Amino acid sequence: FYLTPPQVNSILKANEYSFKVPEFDGKNVSSVLGFDSNQLPANAPIEDRRSAATCLQTRGMLLGVFDGHAGCACAQAVSERLFYYIAVSLLPHETLLEIENAVESGRALLPILQWHKHPNDYFSKEASKLYFNSLRTYWQELIDLNSGETTDVREALINAFKRLDNDISLEAQVGDPNSFLNYLVLRVAFSGATACVAHVDGVDLHIANTGDSRAMLGVQEEDGSWSAVNLSYDHNAQNEHEVERVKMEHPKSEEKSLVKQDRLLGLLMPFRAFGDVKFKWSIELQKRVIESGPDQLNDNEYTKFIPPNYYTPPYLTAEPEVIHHRLRPQDKFLVLATDGLWETMHRQDVARIVGEYLTGVHHQQPIAVGGYKVTLGQMHGLLTERRARISSVFEDQNAATHLIRHAVGNNEFGTVDHERLSKMLSLPEELARMYRDDITIIVVQFNSHVIGACQNEE
Amino acid sequence: AAGMFLRLLSDVQWRAASPRWRRMSSSRRGSSTTAEPHPVSLPAQAQVVICGGGITGTSVAYHLAKMGWKDIVLLEQGRLAAGTTRFCAGIVSTARPVSIERKMAHYSNKLYQQLEQETGVPTGYTKTGSLSLAQTQDRLISLKRIASSLSVMGIACEIITPKQALQLHPLINIHDLVGAMYVPEDALVTSANVSLALATAASRNGVQIHERTSVSHVTVQKGRVTGVETDRGRIQCQYFVNCAGQWAYELGHSGEEPVHIPLHACEHFYLLTHPLEEPLSSSLPTVVDPDGRIYIRNWQGGILSGGFEKNPKPLFTEGRNQLEIQNLQEDWDHFGPLLSALLRRMPGLEALQILQLVNCPESFTPDMRCIMGESPTARGYFVLAGMNSAGISYGGGAGKYLAEWMVNGYPSDNVWPLDLKRFGTLQSSRTFLRHRVMEVMPLMCDLKVPRWDFQTGRQLRTSPLYDRLDAQGARWMEKHGFERVKYFVPPGKDLLDLDHSKTFYKPDWFDIVGAEVKCCKEAVCVIDMSSFTKFEISSTGNQALESLQYLFSNDLDVPVGHVVHTGMLNEKGGYENDCSIARLSKRSFFMISPTDQQVHCWAWLKNRLPDDSNLTLEDVTWKYTALNLIGPRAVDVLSELSYAPMTAEHFPSLFCKEMSVGYANGIRVMSITHTGEPGFVLYIPIEYALHVYNEVMNMGQKYGIRNAGYYALRSLRIEKFFAFWGQDLDAFTTPMECGREFQVKLEKGMEFVGQEALLEQKQNGVYKRFTMFILEDHDTDMDLWPWWGEPIFRNGRYVGKTTSSAYSYTLERHVCLGFVHNFDEKTGEELVVTTDFINQGEYEIDIAGQRFQAKAKLYPFSSLFTQRRRKDEVELSGYQRE
Repeated sequence: FYLTPPQVNSILKANEYSFKVPEFDGKNVSSVLGFDSNQLPANAPIEDRRSAATCLQTRGMLLGVFDGHAGCACAQAVSERLFYYIAVSLLPHETLLEIENAVESGRALLPILQWHKHPNDYFSKEASKLYFNSLRTYWQELIDLNSGETTDVREALINAFKRLDNDISLEAQVGDPNSFLNYLVLRVAFSGATACVAHVDGVDLHIANTGDSRAMLGVQEEDGSWSAVNLSYDHNAQNEHEVERVKMEHPKSEEKSLVKQDRLLGLLMPFRAFGDVKFKWSIELQKRVIESGPDQLNDNEYTKFIPPNYYTPPYLTAEPEVIHHRLRPQDKFLVLATDGLWETMHRQDVARIVGEYLTGVHHQQPIAVGGYKVTLGQMHGLLTERRARISSVFEDQNAATHLIRHAVGNNEFGTVDHERLSKMLSLPEELARMYRDDITIIVVQFNSHVIGACQNEE
Repeated sequence: AAGMFLRLLSDVQWRAASPRWRRMSSSRRGSSTTAEPHPVSLPAQAQVVICGGGITGTSVAYHLAKMGWKDIVLLEQGRLAAGTTRFCAGIVSTARPVSIERKMAHYSNKLYQQLEQETGVPTGYTKTGSLSLAQTQDRLISLKRIASSLSVMGIACEIITPKQALQLHPLINIHDLVGAMYVPEDALVTSANVSLALATAASRNGVQIHERTSVSHVTVQKGRVTGVETDRGRIQCQYFVNCAGQWAYELGHSGEEPVHIPLHACEHFYLLTHPLEEPLSSSLPTVVDPDGRIYIRNWQGGILSGGFEKNPKPLFTEGRNQLEIQNLQEDWDHFGPLLSALLRRMPGLEALQILQLVNCPESFTPDMRCIMGESPTARGYFVLAGMNSAGISYGGGAGKYLAEWMVNGYPSDNVWPLDLKRFGTLQSSRTFLRHRVMEVMPLMCDLKVPRWDFQTGRQLRTSPLYDRLDAQGARWMEKHGFERVKYFVPPGKDLLDLDHSKTFYKPDWFDIVGAEVKCCKEAVCVIDMSSFTKFEISSTGNQALESLQYLFSNDLDVPVGHVVHTGMLNEKGGYENDCSIARLSKRSFFMISPTDQQVHCWAWLKNRLPDDSNLTLEDVTWKYTALNLIGPRAVDVLSELSYAPMTAEHFPSLFCKEMSVGYANGIRVMSITHTGEPGFVLYIPIEYALHVYNEVMNMGQKYGIRNAGYYALRSLRIEKFFAFWGQDLDAFTTPMECGREFQVKLEKGMEFVGQEALLEQKQNGVYKRFTMFILEDHDTDMDLWPWWGEPIFRNGRYVGKTTSSAYSYTLERHVCLGFVHNFDEKTGEELVVTTDFINQGEYEIDIAGQRFQAKAKLYPFSSLFTQRRRKDEVELSGYQRE
């Protein structure tokens, strides 16, 4: 079984999406030029989600990748809801009041977010009312709490993450008279999702991360080479601080059973996540909800199964770790990606491949023989290599697609091998997950001119 | 300002030259007598001013001086031979597809060979021979066709096996070759030195050469060149020669009266290497690998290799650009595919060290042929430029032809394929040129099969029916910018795509055209022939008639409503044009000429008609759409549409009448079809075109009408032995030589151009004779098809070449038309060709080296004419073009 290059391309490009920040008067004054995103499924259906939106009532842009586990319900819900929670957390008191008044009097609502969605990125119509009500409750509380202080982005992000996870939990406990919705909220709560979200506003970049997806900054050094700067820490067993944290939160007696086989309670890879109430609720609560829940839930062995050594819940939190970075002109792009990418590629390679993709096409240095001794054969080899690099670049109009092509198709020499690519992409559904994970990537390109100008102003 | 600019440019180019070359040239400069130090003042006047000191300019100067013209000034913006000439690869090769180009290259070769002896300037001339390689059978066929043509010119030439090729050049890889052509006489020269040698000889013959002098523009008064403005003052002159190479286009546009010289520069790259460990012999043949798009010659013990890539880089589209020329750098990535081809052809060169990648802009023309001749608008303004990267091969011969043209009024051979007047303003748009040269440059190496068409710069001139015809399956070709239908692909039938339809054998449209021909013979077909050039000549008194009687060989003093076929002859009796003229009234005439005559015929008439405000000449080409209704039922269709009797009694052959067709009035109907079949041509004012076409098609339905294209027309005209100007007829062919004496009225009571020459021919006989050949043992399905230019053999000896050919669906045979000469067996001198000479011979036609028996005929098959006609009518129809 062999896929032709066009077939490979049609698979790789099926989910690609690009957004360019529009220009006004021929100028783009945003620090973001635009972004490319793409997904390659390994699970069927894919459990990864992605979101991107521009905040309309405050400044800034939100981008995020979400890696679901035990189904895609939680990742889906988070991808729909989280940015609203963040946006609301960032809104000044007056705007919140205005919105609440509009809802109260049935007037048209100020739009909060402008989404940048691929046609495959869907929102659940059925749950929108339920989700809206929870969100409204949140902003009503924010209005009541009016601290009068300007909103801190870090705090807003942390609050939004925690609040959404709390709402997911509550909705599952309360249930819904509509049986479809009832089953939905339970699936959302019993499945889980990690989230890695970027908020860019001028030169201020905040990354809020929960779980083992990753944010990485691509930096171009003075000599033109590319390096990678991590803007998130993985929340998993490889992260000593994270293991420390978990151990601190539980009695010493549990020390041995907390992390087994590099998994939380020997079960869960990420140490922080949305949903996953099996790691958050008490055993009693879990039993009560499952018993009163629909039959489907009862029949599911996974949901009924209580993790071993489950003594002092919660074991899991959705609280993100937030990193702030002031963008510099040499910061050319940001990569947000689920662990499917990072398992296969080192961040340094990611930085180089994206960097060369974004700039290399235009800036490939011309070759000059000058006074050097070059033979025809050497020159031929050099040109062939350059051509191969360019042609693989020209095949993709999307940096994320280009990265996926490398992630899946790279051979031992770090170049895309079509045969390998073809094999990896033609794996049957049931085998695909054994060779690779879902991959979701967002590549945000920064506007160095704007960033440079901002710096100079300050 | 433009002058300054040119100077700067040339200085930059000097600096860009490799040190090695520069040293060579400066030493040469010392011994050269041509390089006058700067401040010698320019003369105030001269007979001729030549602009450009490259190979073409110096060659023109050399030949003019040789022919006795002394008062000549040659101006060069920088240094002599410092432009494209300096950088050119120096290959002199006669292996060219076009006859006139082979002749020029052959002459150049002989000229350069003795130039060092003549001038004392070492030219680096080395006879190395050339090897043209074929990777495919089709390529080999095209080489065999060239070989056949070279052989009959007396140029040694051999088709050899790959193994033989390896013996001639030990470095080439022959595994992917099917054969090769070896031309042992081909040579290498140091091109700049050839140019300097020509300049030296010219200078000794009195030509003044001024370097670092830029021409800003040429002044023209009353349609004649009067002088040249330079950055160092003005020179009055009668003749100006634009040899400015890639700047010729701009120089042509710099004057008040623009001279359109359609050429455009492209970057051209070649590689120079250090010597091989065992330096290559300087006598090693040049290798041309057209399938790999490269050429490789020995160069100072190493190699020089360049090529014509698929993705050329045109430059200077917006005119001269100093920045751009400074940035003309090596582009290795661009050269990559050619380097691959080189290493594939000569794998042993892997370890050879690179010296330099040279970027040398070359100018290309819209049809791959160079541009020479006189401007149609400014008399005395001559041009020689656009050498399509073969300046050295053609330079000598082209310079000779142009000098002859200026001195004698005409060159010694038919140079119409190179004539500036084949182009008009329509080929001079920058966008058109940029797009077209991007197609032309790769074509230098592409396989040229019969009937290929350019793909760029299309849909420029179209008939108002274009969309209608296109929707009905029309496939198009282009002539002089005008889209013309080749044939109509019936619905549901698919033809091969462009690349796969390339063949030297039976083409895929064979049956389609056959059906169109059949319909012309049995029912009625309509062909849009709007591209023809159409002029109206009228006067207040008798001036029009008198002028035309002088300029045309047939008698035009015919009753109103008659159509006359006549040649427009030159002093030697040769066809400058071949046309049909209808007498619309006592004082006005309507003249139909071939499409590509639009510029040439206009200039010819303008220059010869008396300057009389009561006599007007108007180009009405764009005003009329022409529909040709061919076939026995054309008469029925037309009479039903016009309610007028159209039978022979009412509307005899060669008649013209304005009438109504459908609702449209004022349609000019002529009873000619250009095919010998019965029918009419309708000249329709363009706004009525769609209406009349629709009416004709609707009414014609019951008579089985269908659309047809030029391929059907061509088959019909060739099987009836109708000659076509531009293909069969040229300025070196007289009516006497092609059986058209009946179109010449020697006793029409007044003198006409060419009369004397024709009278002499009538008395003494002709030296060539237009003959029709029917191929006898040719298998249409299996054998190579004739095209044109195939050698004709009589009793085993070469007697001439074919000029056109077509398959006759009626005769079910191939028909070739061509000229038979009678060369003296011993001296090669041309003897009179008599009817007996033609009739008493056994003939063969050589198609790519394979000879086919052919039957020669001097008169067409009368059985092919569907209508029985009076004798004079048959004769009258013995005329055709296109």
